[in-house]
Amino acid sequence: MTAEAAQNLNAVSFDLEGEFARSNVQQVLDKLDRELVGLAPVKQRIREIAALLLVDKARRALGLENEPPTLHMSFTGNPGTGKTTVALRMAEILKNLGYIRQGHLISVTRDDLVGQYIGHTAPKTREVIKKAMGGVLFIDEAYYLYKPENERDYGQEAIEILLQVMENNRDDLVVILAGYANRMEVFFQSNPGFRSRIAHHLDFPDYSEGELFAIAKLMVAAQHYVLSPGAEKVLKDYIPRRMKMAHFANARSMRNALDRAKLRQANRLFERKDRTKLTRADLTTIEAEDLLQSRVFQG
Amino acid sequence: MHENPRNMTQGTFSFLPPLTDDQIKAQIAYAIKMGWAINVEYTDDPHPRNTYWEMWCQPMFDTKDPAAAFMEVQECRKVYGNMYIKVNAYDNTRWRESVALSFIVNRPKHEPGFHVIRQEANSRAMHYTLHSYATEKPRGDRYK
Repeated sequence: MTAEAAQNLNAVSFDLEGEFARSNVQQVLDKLDRELVGLAPVKQRIREIAALLLVDKARRALGLENEPPTLHMSFTGNPGTGKTTVALRMAEILKNLGYIRQGHLISVTRDDLVGQYIGHTAPKTREVIKKAMGGVLFIDEAYYLYKPENERDYGQEAIEILLQVMENNRDDLVVILAGYANRMEVFFQSNPGFRSRIAHHLDFPDYSEGELFAIAKLMVAAQHYVLSPGAEKVLKDYIPRRMKMAHFANARSMRNALDRAKLRQANRLFERKDRTKLTRADLTTIEAEDLLQSRVFQG
Repeated sequence: MHENPRNMTQGTFSFLPPLTDDQIKAQIAYAIKMGWAINVEYTDDPHPRNTYWEMWCQPMFDTKDPAAAFMEVQECRKVYGNMYIKVNAYDNTRWRESVALSFIVNRPKHEPGFHVIRQEANSRAMHYTLHSYATEKPRGDRYK
């Protein structure tokens, strides 16, 4: 290359700021911050991925040869830590950055991919993959695909097709595997093909008490209810008790607790003598007694 | 005037030069945008009026992206690359419920063409029909 040509190449510039503004990614990231409590490491990683894709776009605009980045991911964490919700947002972000074309999310488990008899698995898996093309394929509890105790399990066939598509159709779909951290680790050890094709491992931490309280308040507000001051106090007491009990599932437990409180509130209103004269406040307020009846406070 | 009269013509675009892969993807994208279901069919029994082709895969009613349907075209080409392959787009709107767009995406390397058969009938009336040279061999042996 002559010195003059090099000079010309350097003169070409790319407006990263403008491209960022056009992609609406900031809006999606803000929404993520507003609507998802906690998850700082996850949000940080999403920001990094967004930056990577923007810079990649800039490099391509200036004619720098580039392999498109691999964006298959694994989400690990306990139940109710927001894996599915973040996957939905991820689809939105990748669409805004032009990495995927349609931006939809297909959420599947082993049953949707693996067939019941010989020759059933391949078409079934391909069908799901075709539906997900142009978007994100979210495989929940991915480790169930691999059952080492049964060497004739059809899961292996689904795994092979997935690996092939993850390699050959990288531009057409993004695969996200999700599940408990320790079981995913075992799954990746026995399927090194997956590990090498997945560039981003995101770990979803459990929520703290304060975060769970904030999540519950967001959920209540989203459904047009309010907690009375008494109910807020009871909820603050409820959370640590529930966290110690079996089958605690983070944000999902909060949702279930609130759903039951709504049920009790409805029942309480129905039993009232003056139920012909209910006000707006009556209909929207969850009182302390609606939460106190929970089995968490019994015994 | 059609430049190569030995090509079988059927469906849309069949008098044009073969579509490129990008053009095929663009047509599929249009069909998906219209809400039509895509399916892929193949045959080694060429006739302009033969509409009973073999189905390659299940019809794709809920694919959102042309890449999915084009992947099936590519898979079909791997297996039946020397046969006719077409893409159909089915419109399931009430009262239409028929194929809205159909075009050939793959042809055999050599198409031997057609022969016109004339049959003299009553009162010197002429009946015409087409015979494909390719079908003189049994199925499976054509286009080898």
